[in-house]
Amino acid sequence: MKYVIIGSSIAAIGCIEGIRSVDKKSEITVISKEDTFIYSRPLISYLIEEKTSLEKMRYREDDFYEKQNCKTYLGREVIKINDKNKVVILNNNEKIAYDKLMIATGSRPFIPEIKGIEKVKNKFTFMTLDDALSLKKKLTENKNVLILGAGLIGLKCAEAVMDKVKSVTVVDLAKRILPSILDEDGCKIVTKHIENKGVNLILDDSIDSIDEKNAILKSGKEIEYDIFVIAVGVRANTELAKETGLKTNRAIITDEKGKTSNKDIYAAGDCTESYDITSDDTKVLALLPNAYLKGETAGINMAGGDKTYDNAMPMNSLGLFGLHMVTAGSYEGESYIDINENETNYKRLIYKNNLLKGFIIIGDVRRCGIYTKLIREKIDLRQIDFELIKDKPQLMAFSRKYRDETLGGVK
Amino acid sequence: MKRIYVNEKWCLGCHLCEYYCAYANSNESDMVKALKNIKIRPKIKIEELNGVTSAVSCRHCNEPYCVKGCISGALSINEGVINIDKNKCIGCFTCVLSCPYGAIEPDEDGVVDKCELCMKNSFGSPQCVKGCPNNAIVYEERG
Ligand SMILES: Cc1cc2nc3c(=O)[nH]c(=O)nc-3n(C[C@H](O)[C@H](O)[C@H](O)COP(=O)(O)OP(=O)(O)OC[C@H]3O[C@@H](n4cnc5c(N)ncnc54)[C@H](O)[C@@H]3O)c2cc1C
Repeated sequence: MKYVIIGSSIAAIGCIEGIRSVDKKSEITVISKEDTFIYSRPLISYLIEEKTSLEKMRYREDDFYEKQNCKTYLGREVIKINDKNKVVILNNNEKIAYDKLMIATGSRPFIPEIKGIEKVKNKFTFMTLDDALSLKKKLTENKNVLILGAGLIGLKCAEAVMDKVKSVTVVDLAKRILPSILDEDGCKIVTKHIENKGVNLILDDSIDSIDEKNAILKSGKEIEYDIFVIAVGVRANTELAKETGLKTNRAIITDEKGKTSNKDIYAAGDCTESYDITSDDTKVLALLPNAYLKGETAGINMAGGDKTYDNAMPMNSLGLFGLHMVTAGSYEGESYIDINENETNYKRLIYKNNLLKGFIIIGDVRRCGIYTKLIREKIDLRQIDFELIKDKPQLMAFSRKYRDETLGGVK
Repeated sequence: MKRIYVNEKWCLGCHLCEYYCAYANSNESDMVKALKNIKIRPKIKIEELNGVTSAVSCRHCNEPYCVKGCISGALSINEGVINIDKNKCIGCFTCVLSCPYGAIEPDEDGVVDKCELCMKNSFGSPQCVKGCPNNAIVYEERG
């Protein structure tokens, strides 16, 4: 059996570990545009902040490929998949044959059209290790940084550069920050917090035109800047899949085994859509745990094992300037809300038809995984003491039998 | 693999497991130095409700969501034991959001901490078990 994996990030690593849990011997070939050690994208902001280092940020050990018996082509791009002959073609025309192929090509930054943008030299995206290293070089005390996009990536970038530059301005078209993660009340708390930390937030506005020193906003406002970061969102890398005729929507469509519409081609991670159990629809869940779990599932199935990944949902855990927030699932249904007086701790649990569907917690995030479990396993809230668990996540809200089985190992 | 099991019926709620855990992981050889006038941060914790008590610590799951979702690679499985490399952890708390038992917690340094079955401290076997006066916590191979 010959396995070929396109990409060398999280979904790819999950796939390798999945394959090797079933098949220790067959050849695995990994091809990736990026020629670096194995790292995880979320860590690039911590690298700039110096909360981690190039040494510490390795997602897997340096001898990972060797130990997993993988052949690598790093710094190479796959330009075509020929599914008839079952080969992939690299940018140096080399052909590599596969029996089972994994597409783990992830996503890339979306670059919006802005007048004058092509002439801006000091512009950056914030996705890869290279992006972070080149941005880091430019950061000095006298620089003004302008970030377009107040989503997770834009705000993590703002946090990372804050102490190294003179000013940070974040502009977003949306009326509030982190629109896909937080609700309105949650936004208020986090907005206040990051503004207090010195971030200059401009919402409900966008950049109309830009030159080397100034950005003119739709509202007419003018912002002087030195460094421009574009973080308006990501797009799935689906071109290879589309050209091969695989079914795609906004991203590659797979089943719960990670298989695409071609029986020998699998896909996982940011380049795919997943079925969200909390909203009953299919969407791109561009999140790291989702990339690993789906990659691993696909790997196991590629190697002839049998595994299903059927409990995907949005899950975010992030800190911004020392304030932590965790969210999961979707927010449609009845709510239980607990907000403390000075509005630094916030909890909202959303439930529908006796199932917990989602939650947003800001501040005290301890043991929140117990809530995640309720969503993931679709536990009927009538079977637990919901009143008790609303107040604080705890196993005492479950039945004695449940605790005996899990903590006590009673079968 | 050997795991910690708790027999709730026999738990007295005495919290000794917490003290033994904190001592074992304190790097102090003197129990007084390790525990007296210190806010302990044990990796096993007693839950209490209306007289019912039970001890909760990492189950070292076969399908650990914490490890699979870890964004830094700080959590790993070594012969079934789930380890945390605090040096690599950047404190994103994705594992806290993932753990169905609430058994991974942020520590005082902003990274996470969890039970490693005392494999990495000088004791080499779970001290909560040793400290339990009523054998409510055991360390056994049950298949
Ligand atoms: C700054 C930042 C912060 C983030 N923070 C979080 C967070 O806190 N929590 C969270 O859950 N998620 C976070 N994410 C999202 C997370 O990083 C992604 O979900 C994850 O990286 C997806 O992994 P992947 O393997 O699917 O794809 P990617 O990581 O995008 O990797 C795709 C790989 O494929 C390669 N590739 C693409 N096309 C080709 C080709 N044709 N030939 C060869 N190689 C190719 C690329 O070079 C790349 O190496 C963050 C992302 C960023 C950028």
